[in-house]
Amino acid sequence: MPKTVKEINDKIASGKVVVVTAEEIIDLVAEEGAEKAAEKVDVVTTGTFGPMCSSGAVLNFGHSKPRIKVHKAWLNGVGAYAGLAAVDLYIGATEIPDSDPANSVFPGEFLYGGGHVIQDLVAGKDVRLKATAYGTDCYPRKELDTWINLQTLNEAVLWNPRNAYQNYNCAVNLGHEREIYTYMGVLKPDVGSANYCSAGQLSPLLNDPYYQTIGLGTRIFLGGGVGYVTWQGTQHNPTVPRHENGVTKGGAGTLTVTGDLKQMKPEWLVGVSLRGYGTSLNVGLGAPIPLLNAEIAQRTAVKDSEITAPVTDYSRGYPYFEQTPPLGSVTYAELRSGAATILGKQVPTAGLSSYSKAREIAETLKDWIKTGRFFLTEAVQLLPSADSDYTFKLLPERPVNGGK
Amino acid sequence: MASHKVVFHFPVEQLNRPVISELVRTYDLEFNILRAEVKPSEQGFVVLELTGEEENFRQAIEWVESLGVRTQPLSEDVVRIEEKCTHCSACVTHCPVAALVVDSVTKRVEFVHDACIGCGICVQICPPRAMQIQF
Repeated sequence: MPKTVKEINDKIASGKVVVVTAEEIIDLVAEEGAEKAAEKVDVVTTGTFGPMCSSGAVLNFGHSKPRIKVHKAWLNGVGAYAGLAAVDLYIGATEIPDSDPANSVFPGEFLYGGGHVIQDLVAGKDVRLKATAYGTDCYPRKELDTWINLQTLNEAVLWNPRNAYQNYNCAVNLGHEREIYTYMGVLKPDVGSANYCSAGQLSPLLNDPYYQTIGLGTRIFLGGGVGYVTWQGTQHNPTVPRHENGVTKGGAGTLTVTGDLKQMKPEWLVGVSLRGYGTSLNVGLGAPIPLLNAEIAQRTAVKDSEITAPVTDYSRGYPYFEQTPPLGSVTYAELRSGAATILGKQVPTAGLSSYSKAREIAETLKDWIKTGRFFLTEAVQLLPSADSDYTFKLLPERPVNGGK
Repeated sequence: MASHKVVFHFPVEQLNRPVISELVRTYDLEFNILRAEVKPSEQGFVVLELTGEEENFRQAIEWVESLGVRTQPLSEDVVRIEEKCTHCSACVTHCPVAALVVDSVTKRVEFVHDACIGCGICVQICPPRAMQIQF
């Protein structure tokens, strides 16, 4: 008997809702079947916690006296984009201070960047705002140097254009000479290590692989507070090859997510330093999946042994699109065991996405729903899925000098 | 027999003296140098594991300290800031002695203090910079 989101919300209101995590549903479906599971359980909660570049926050810090239309701005020395209006800024996770030596002494440390600014703001710390302007009749002021704080901001909105990647690569280094420093971490030469970055069986979009419930307007756990899915993410790529169970064989769907930074918590928005690469922001994100029917229930029962990550070379293959020997794929069950078989040898594995934190998010969201603090929303529009013509294209570069 | 991992901080005036060599001969200790750094005109330090009779070890420490060498147990030097660790496991493939391992049940990263040799590799690998080393 199919359910509706409204019926589930009525059960949340009356305290009768049945919620399990995306880990707990696995055994239930295995033992009782998807049909029974969909009858018994109303909501499956998911979670993921890892470095998510393409994250940032919109801040409105209020008008100064006299007024200023900010042209360039820095938060704790980290550049923020000011080309929105007068006192609106966008601080992005990967921005680094102008004074950072970056990779001029390789590999750079990247101890502080936009992700850390966001974490400091959420932690309630004072952040130094410096700004310059060219001055206008209506906004005459040309300089600003002051402290801001989350409490003093008018709006502070986390706005992440690409989070919650549905699956991702398993990164290795086919090079022979040295370790390489990537956004997937530090990779040892000669496939000496393999890094992965997905919550696998707990990950939101891997539990709803065709985006049958998660869409625009889906209320989610975001950074320890409540947020919403506000668009498909950038580089959304739903038409990639899939296994029979619907699981994508590599990176696919993504989400744009938005939420009030003022409700969020610093333990769920963590600035990170990726050596030789730069800074980023670890984002905690969890989506509820309403078990509207048996098919949806069956999909949430996906487990790590059924999800594969394509092994990808980050020395030449990824950066230069060079052809590499086929590296195959590995399951998240292998990856999480500490070693995976790649090119016939056992390779030690390490994650960038925290499985224990993903679990904590799924448990927290479960608790919120069970105690009536979190109600489900119905998507107002579904994301482009496998049957769409939506693709992720490379840049078609065109010559600019005398070319067409 | 007991094993201790210790850090020796050498003052400039002792840099030319074969302190460790004298120490292991006099006090019948085995040594394994885990890390060493000596810069011209600066203090140097050595992280080493000393194995031998407990009483000999105690006397050896007294002797090196009488030379102006500051000593401390290694375990005090490598620390994990618990609230910063996100248990992502990015460190585990880089630790040369498996002092950072993922618990198969909790999926949390355990820091096995006793196994740590203080190499410091984890410090710069850790994305949230939860590992700290102080000599």
